[in-house]
Amino acid sequence: MSTLAVPITQTPRSWVLPDRGKVAMAGLIIAESAIFTIFVVAYLFYVGKSLTGPTPGDVLETPVFYTICLLSSSITVHLAGKALELGKQPAFLTLWSFTFILGGLFLFGTAQEWHRLIYEKGLTISTNLFGTTYYSLVGLHAFHVTAGLAMLLAVLIFGLAGRVGEAHSGRIGVLAMYWHFVDAVWVVVFTVVYILGR
Amino acid sequence: MFALLVNVIAAAAAAPDSRFSSTNIFAPASTPARKIFGLSMFVLVVTGVIFAVVAGLLGYAVVKFRGRAADAGREPAQVYGSTQIELAWTVVPVLIVVVLVLATTRVIHAIQDAPEPATALDVTVIGHQFWWEFRYPKLGIVTANEMHIPASDPAHPTPTFLKLLSADTDHSFWVPELGGKTDLIPNRVNEMWLDPARPGIYLGQCAQYCGTQHAKMLLRVSVDQPPDFAAWVQAQQRAAVQDPRVVAGKHVFESTSCINCHAVSGTPANGRFGPDLAHLMSRATIASGAAENTPANLRLWIQNPDAIKPGSLMPAMKLSDADLDAVTAYLETLR
Amino acid sequence: MSMNVVAIENLQSAKRSWTETLHEWVTTVDHKKLGILYIGYALLFLVIAGIEALIIRIQLMHARNNFVSAQVFNRLFTMHGTTMIFFVAMPILFGFANYLVPLMIGARDMAFPRLNAFSFWLTALGGLLLYFSLLGGNGLYGAGNAPDIGWWAYAPLAARAFSPGHSSDYWTIALLVSGFGSVGTGINIIATVSCMRCRGMHLGRMPLLVWLNLVMSGMILIVVTPLTAAQLMLLVDRYLGGHFFDTQAGGSATLWMHFFWIFGHPEVYILILPSFAFISEIVPVFSRKPIFGYPVMVGATVFIGFVSMSVWAHHMFTIGMNSYANSFFAITSMCVGIPTGIKIFNWLGTMWGGRILFKTPMLFAIGFLFQFLIAGLTGIMLAVAPFDWQLTLSYFVVAHFHYVIVGGILFALFGAFYYWYPKMTGRMLSETLGKWHFWLFVIGFHMTFDVMHIPGILGMPRRIYTYEPRPGWEALNLVISIGAVVQAIAVLIFVWNLIHSYFKGAKAGNDPWDAWTLEWSVSSPPPAYNFASVPVVASRRPVWDLKHPEDPDSRYE
Repeated sequence: MSTLAVPITQTPRSWVLPDRGKVAMAGLIIAESAIFTIFVVAYLFYVGKSLTGPTPGDVLETPVFYTICLLSSSITVHLAGKALELGKQPAFLTLWSFTFILGGLFLFGTAQEWHRLIYEKGLTISTNLFGTTYYSLVGLHAFHVTAGLAMLLAVLIFGLAGRVGEAHSGRIGVLAMYWHFVDAVWVVVFTVVYILGR
Repeated sequence: MFALLVNVIAAAAAAPDSRFSSTNIFAPASTPARKIFGLSMFVLVVTGVIFAVVAGLLGYAVVKFRGRAADAGREPAQVYGSTQIELAWTVVPVLIVVVLVLATTRVIHAIQDAPEPATALDVTVIGHQFWWEFRYPKLGIVTANEMHIPASDPAHPTPTFLKLLSADTDHSFWVPELGGKTDLIPNRVNEMWLDPARPGIYLGQCAQYCGTQHAKMLLRVSVDQPPDFAAWVQAQQRAAVQDPRVVAGKHVFESTSCINCHAVSGTPANGRFGPDLAHLMSRATIASGAAENTPANLRLWIQNPDAIKPGSLMPAMKLSDADLDAVTAYLETLR
Repeated sequence: MSMNVVAIENLQSAKRSWTETLHEWVTTVDHKKLGILYIGYALLFLVIAGIEALIIRIQLMHARNNFVSAQVFNRLFTMHGTTMIFFVAMPILFGFANYLVPLMIGARDMAFPRLNAFSFWLTALGGLLLYFSLLGGNGLYGAGNAPDIGWWAYAPLAARAFSPGHSSDYWTIALLVSGFGSVGTGINIIATVSCMRCRGMHLGRMPLLVWLNLVMSGMILIVVTPLTAAQLMLLVDRYLGGHFFDTQAGGSATLWMHFFWIFGHPEVYILILPSFAFISEIVPVFSRKPIFGYPVMVGATVFIGFVSMSVWAHHMFTIGMNSYANSFFAITSMCVGIPTGIKIFNWLGTMWGGRILFKTPMLFAIGFLFQFLIAGLTGIMLAVAPFDWQLTLSYFVVAHFHYVIVGGILFALFGAFYYWYPKMTGRMLSETLGKWHFWLFVIGFHMTFDVMHIPGILGMPRRIYTYEPRPGWEALNLVISIGAVVQAIAVLIFVWNLIHSYFKGAKAGNDPWDAWTLEWSVSSPPPAYNFASVPVVASRRPVWDLKHPEDPDSRYE
């Protein structure tokens, strides 16, 4: 086995390329954004086109509290990341736990809303176009929240076991990017479903 | 030249039987088809010239710059590019595209945005798996698979304006010599128009895959001189013939599930799932062109549709031979 | 010419058992092995889908033929299209990308080797799922086996009402699964190219193959995912009673079409860009000149990537959009032809003034140039919306896209095989067999696909299992079918060449073609770690610089 060594003719002063974790997560976020865009387009396309059944105005209640929870969790996750970079373990763990709890609250709120819509208002995914597009879009988002929570929990467990340190702040930052994405998507979904679509 | 070649091939293979008339997009017989033909010829010339120039240059390069044994070991001049050349061969294609765009948008608007004159005939086409329903709303006619329209005199046009709907999946109405194709999509109304001047039979078929028997969803458009068209309309508007000699067959028809799918005016049969049969004998073919309309074929179709069109939605009626003969005889009277 | 050759002792131990070799291949995360796995997998499906095509052509040889039933024919064309796009073209191009990109940028592997393996196995699973439909498609309702809804699965044909049983679900889930694999590959390539280039390799010094695969990967992220979304919606309709495409409930069949073609059109650019990559590497080496207009080639590629996202509804000119929408898509579709044409001119410019060597890779590249030109021109005809109203959904458009995929992509792939097989295996493919392969394939290809334009003009729609003996149709279809057989023979010769040369081919050495990119600086096949020491480059052709220290490219760039 042999290779030709390419001689070093001009060494660039510095050769710094982006962090591959961040690039990969950016790629994943772009891909996921495309999926959400299609669901949002379908939602907007079908606004007002249901032939039967409850309309958004009839049944939707704006989830202000749970939205605040989710959006605040972006702040806590950001602060947690900063704390970890500075080596402040307890602060990191506390803020990370808050992130998990706030995210969990949001999910609970979604579950509560769906329970009300299904059992009190009779809106299911098969009721009409509104039902189909609403549950699909909000459900897709909730699925991504769940996946994020699972990852947050994994890190929390490792953190509580003392296995997460400053050296991991890069990876924690990548996970935080995902969490920010999930929150940004909620801003869009919230606007589309509870403001534009009503 | 290319169109000429194609027409020569088609003509050489043409059979005199009208069932196999040509369906050649380069033999336009109606204004939309003619506009498309004119534009196509222009586009063919432009692309032909582009091909001749570029392929010519490629061919020249391949020959002129082939490596010769004498040159082995010496590399040719290592040229990296040329901004002027890049500009030149960017500007020329852009200009070509501008010209094509102007020509194209003109024809798009001319065809799609043509206003409907008061003299136009309205026909509603409803696509089914695997047959065509034709309704003439202002004339009170419902028929299937074979559409009659009046020839349109260019001096006093009487075009036919079609509304295209679907009862199930997507279909596409394509009679090449009369115009481009337009799809029939459920929950949507599409429109197109035709104005053939020359009477005759024009053939086509469904062009959008719609299921098992997409291939045998054939179209037959009969362009009639105005007096013939008027006669056809009158015949279609009459209630179905009630011939006392086939009462037995009529009884079989009305007491079995035939009436669930088919309609015959003036009788209890008013099903809309299958073709209207009131004037079945006015059609040259059955099963949307899959077979000639003969008593033998009709009997076979009722007995076992899969023998003619496997996968069609007409079920085998499981009638006894006697009932089959009777009902065929009855249907044969529905002129 | 002086070189520093770094030799590392042969690290492999003595002959291992076949189970150990199998284990190594199944658990590998090495980009080179995964590349070969992708390619091998795709070749297997190429044969299967090719047989499907042959059966289709036998059925269409005569009017009113009875070789297969309508139901079987409809499954055949669905499986042929789906297999060729998703389990032949995409995997084989990903395979070459996987193999070559790290080598060409001086990296030791992809950015995420395990993700790479995961992506491959997802794709492999997808292919198996699609063909499992032959066994499992009957479901509880005994309705159908392989999917028969066409590879576009138009609504409402794909709805439960019109496609009972599970065959359509196998189509949906197979593509969903392999779609995730594709997105994984896209992310991996972007991360690799962004983060793992060797010192000195600015973006402007990357080989064009790397650029083209980078743009392709960016496209994958936003193109495959709409299909994923649409398929999730289809599953909601079929399993949860949803109404996304349920026209009875007010849903829209055209919404599926938009979503599908927003994927479907850029998808074919995802397939053609890597093919352009092969041509952009082969033509310069066999013309003995650098690529003409590198910056323009990069710019044209990026432009194609963007504009191709705006043309999708040229597949929907007949659905009844208004004249403004039709005009818009006609305009954008013609515009995307401009950068594509510019690329052809640049390849021509590369050959111009060169010293052309007619080895097999170059033969296929030259074939590509002529054929892609024709395919592009028939594409322009289809972009002219009114002309498209006649040509679409007929055999003209079938001829057009096979001209692109077979005459373009497959020819470029054959060229790539002959060019890089020596690097991957250490053996040269036989030139004699290569020339037989080339000429037979050219004859068969033109017999089939040149002639195929004519039945379209004569009014023959696509996706029909049989036809009436309309004037000209039968004779033309017969010629088309014979050409298919000729192509099949040529492919068999190719497969034989692949196998035979592996054992008996001439030894290749590091650099059999006297080429200039980094993969030719390592042994054939390369060691597992690619480079003993990570290279440092100063130009677009680092190996040219090595071989011509008196006249390096770095002086001129």
